[in-house]
Parts: sequence; structure tokens; C-alpha cells
Amino acid sequence: MKILVCISKTPETTAKIAFTDNNTALDPNGVQFILNPYDEWFALVRALELKEELGGTVTVINVGPASNDVIIRKALAIGADEAIRVDAEATGARFVADQVANYAKGNDYDLILTGKETIDYNGSEVGSMIAELLELPFQSFARELTMEGDNVIITREIEGGTEKSKSQLPLVVSAAKGMAEQRIPNMRGIMMAKRKPLNVIPAVESSDGTKLSTYSLPAEKSSVKMIDPENMDELVRLLKEEAKVI
Amino acid sequence: MVLVYAENQDGKIKKSAHEIVTFGYKTAQSMGTECVALVIGNVVDAASLGKYGASKVIQVNSSQLESFDSQAYAQAISEVAGQVGAKLVVLTHNYSGKALLGRLGVKLNAGVVSGVIQLPETEGGNFKVRKVVFSGKAFAEYEINSDIKVISLAGNSLKPEIVAEDVEVSNLELSINDRKVEVIEVNIQAGDVAPLPEAELVVSAGRGMKGPENWNIIEELARELGATTACSRPVSDSGWRPHHEHVGQTGIAIKPNLYIAAGISGAIQHLAGVSSSKCIVVINKDPEAPFFKAADYGVCADLFDVVPKLTESLKKAKA
Repeated sequence: MKILVCISKTPETTAKIAFTDNNTALDPNGVQFILNPYDEWFALVRALELKEELGGTVTVINVGPASNDVIIRKALAIGADEAIRVDAEATGARFVADQVANYAKGNDYDLILTGKETIDYNGSEVGSMIAELLELPFQSFARELTMEGDNVIITREIEGGTEKSKSQLPLVVSAAKGMAEQRIPNMRGIMMAKRKPLNVIPAVESSDGTKLSTYSLPAEKSSVKMIDPENMDELVRLLKEEAKVI
Repeated sequence: MVLVYAENQDGKIKKSAHEIVTFGYKTAQSMGTECVALVIGNVVDAASLGKYGASKVIQVNSSQLESFDSQAYAQAISEVAGQVGAKLVVLTHNYSGKALLGRLGVKLNAGVVSGVIQLPETEGGNFKVRKVVFSGKAFAEYEINSDIKVISLAGNSLKPEIVAEDVEVSNLELSINDRKVEVIEVNIQAGDVAPLPEAELVVSAGRGMKGPENWNIIEELARELGATTACSRPVSDSGWRPHHEHVGQTGIAIKPNLYIAAGISGAIQHLAGVSSSKCIVVINKDPEAPFFKAADYGVCADLFDVVPKLTESLKKAKA
């Protein structure tokens, strides 16, 4: 089985977010960048499990500058066989999808995996775009993925529950919690990762149609109003009359 | 033309569809055009979308559309978008909307923004939308400058408004390519309250509940309010509550009008998923719980005392 896993770089989950350049760019000062957790914990680890079970290869692909090599090496240390880095800033979902689709075309992957979303832009757009660009079916927010002969059995999240379905390969899947358990790279993996191939390829042209104009931070909450625990009537009154939410 | 894809559940229009038709109608007005609603499958109350501002409802049917598949549904929506000459396509920012958005962006060669939270700015022919980024920690404004635009609207972002009457529903039979995904079974665990991303009122609880057997007080409070129940990550990780109730960074992000959190300390990853709520009530016996800093109202006491009292007070207020 030939699997391609799309990996992305994001600020660490507890990072404090601030902006620079007139609120048009993330201020990287003091922000630690990591492999997007959904890509790492769920998409990549499930791909490795499938490879261990059925044989094959796992390739990771990232769109970004050379400074992204740190997170790419981590994916290799966890167990991916090889990596591709498209040498360009990832300016938006369509740009990234165009790069991945362009690389995947002609490489005959059976399965292309992404995380359900990145934790920075939360768009959930790239997987669905790749599927359309390659004219493949797409299963999103998958919590379980198993092979039954040539069929892929997927349980995915839907509003208030789950849906189980049967698809055929090739297929694009976005992975959610439940797909796999996080793997910590061990020393051997880290040493081996240094010798695994990381191929840098140039970007293809792409037009996004959107432009970020400005970022802003949420207004500071006015300080909390503490309510006497013995007086829940007062809380109900405030919810009705002041907050007007019930 | 603005085309809105109005979702249904078992043949009835979803509440989120009222929101996006209202959004589509108001946006269409600001752009000097009309809003057409699209429904897929037989929908008994499709005509009622006219009340929220749709000037026309198109009901699409095909044997390939009997259950959701992003490829088949995207084909149907893009064909209708082409037929009506849509310049803007609006979807709901939920599981199906997220699976469709990118596909439609590619099909229609359109700029795409997901999870829009308010009406766009359309002055001077511009089209600016706002969304939540960095998992609830910030907002971003995007300009979409492609000829056709595709966006999805985050749940509970604007109030549905009745502005007109029922309208005519026209039926359209489409020939959709054979789908490659076959649905085997659907398992809905949520009850008859609004599912989480749509819910206006949410009662949520965390590790402070000590165990799943104590959840009756949360359920009673939720029932009294007509609210949907939710939980924090440790709770769903321990299997105390079903996964679909998990809100926060790794669960689902919500923005209800009221979020009541009992026994949740308020880790940054949890706050990320709920900080857009209009009003937050925190019940926690630890005065140092970080959640109080993000709350509008706080009650510092044992939740096992406070939650039943709150339920009682709500009952009294209703009587």
C-alpha cells in the first residue's frame, strides 16, 4: 500500500498568539512550532500502522521553507520512509492543495491522508481540495479506518454521531481523534531519520482567490461577576435580564 | 445570484439552514441580487425557506444523492450554481459543509473561506469576511477577490429572521456520476435537542463530576434549559461521556449564546473551543480555576450543591 501523508507546521497548542506588521502576520517571537497534532497523531500514525499490517511505503509531504525540515525530520523519526518538501511558503489552503495534488498526480498513491484540520487556520479545506483536484472520493473526520480486502471501511464523525461507509482505493481521508494513538519517536528512529530521503521540489503556480487583510485579538473580557452560591435566583435573573440569553 | 445549500435531516429543514438562508438573503441584498436555496432530496418543508428570504427553492433529486457523499453532492451543488449563475455559494460550517467547501472551491474556481462568523462587508464591490483562527485565540479578515466565491457559515452566527412568505419549490432531476462511497450505517447518539455546533444553550461538565454516574444533575439542568450537554476532553477520553460531546481544541468548537461549565478548570485547549460563546457561566469550587478569567458569571462552590439549586431556580422562574 502506497500512502501519502500531508503534514503541516503550526504554533504549539498553548502558544500565546500575537501579531506583527500592522496585524497582518503572526508574531513568531516566543512561539514554538510543531507538527500539526492531527497530522501527526492520527494521519501519520494510522498510515504507519497500515504499512506495518499490509506492507508498502509511507511518504510525508510538506509545503514550506527549509526551516520546516525540523518537523519533517520528526515525521521521519516517527517512522515515515521518505519526505517531500515543496519549497515555498504555504500561503493558503488552495496553494497547498495544488502542490500536493501536483506531486501526487502520476505517483499512484492508494491513500492520501491529512489531519482533520490544522490548529492555526482551522479551515478543513486542504483534504477536500486535493480530492477534487485528483477527482478522488474523500472521507472526512475519520475516526476509524480499516481495510477489508480491496475495500476501505471508514467510521467518520457526523452531527451528533457517526457514519460507517465502504469506499474503494484510491481515496483521500482526513483523520480525527480515534484513528490512532500518538507515537513518541525513539532514539533509533531519530538516528535513522537523518539518513532518510528528504527531497525538495519547486512549487507549481497556484491562484487562491483570497487575501488575508488583517488579524485581530478578541476583546478582553470584563471581569467575572461572582454570584453567591446560595442565591441561584440571582444568576437566573442576570441570565434573563442582563445577559438576555435565556 | 447567491446560492445557499440548505441542509435537511430526515427530510426536514435543519435550524442551521434557517441561519444560512437569512445570511444568504441579507448578503444578496447588500450585493443587489437575490438568494436561491438548494435542497437535496425530498424535503417536506422546503417552501418554508422563502420565509427566511429565499426567492426560490430548488429541490434536487438523484439516486446518487440518497445519502451524503462529498463528490456527488459537490457535483449537484456546482451544477445548480452554474444554472442559476451563482456568484456566491454559502454552505454550513459543519461536517458535510467542511467536506464540500474545498471541492466546490476547486470546481467553481472560487476563493474559499470557511467558518465565517458574520455578514460580509460588500462595500465598493469588495467582499470581506471574518472568521475565527488559531483555535479561537484570534480573528482574521479575508478579502475574497475571485469572480465566484464559496464560504461556509459557522453555526449560531446570526439569528434567523422571517422576512417573507413560503415560495415555490422547483424540482430538478440531475444525472450525477456513480458515487464511490457507500454508506453502511448511521449511528446518531444525540437526542432530540439541537446538536452541539448548532446549540444555542450548552451545559458542559468536566472532571469535577468525579464519575459518569453523577451526570444526572447535568442532564436535569440541561433539560430544564432545553440545552445540549457537552463535556471536556478528560471526560470523553475516560469514556464517561460519548466523544461527540467533547468541546475544545481537539473536539468541536462551539459558539452558543450560553455556555455553562461545571467542574471544568478551563485549560487553554478547552477555552479555545468555547471562548466565542456569548455568555459563559463557570461553576467551580477552586477559586484559582483559570476558567473564571474567561467567564461572565462565576459561582465558586461545590457543583454538587450549585447545579441542582440552579435547576430549581430555573424551574421557579418558569412557574
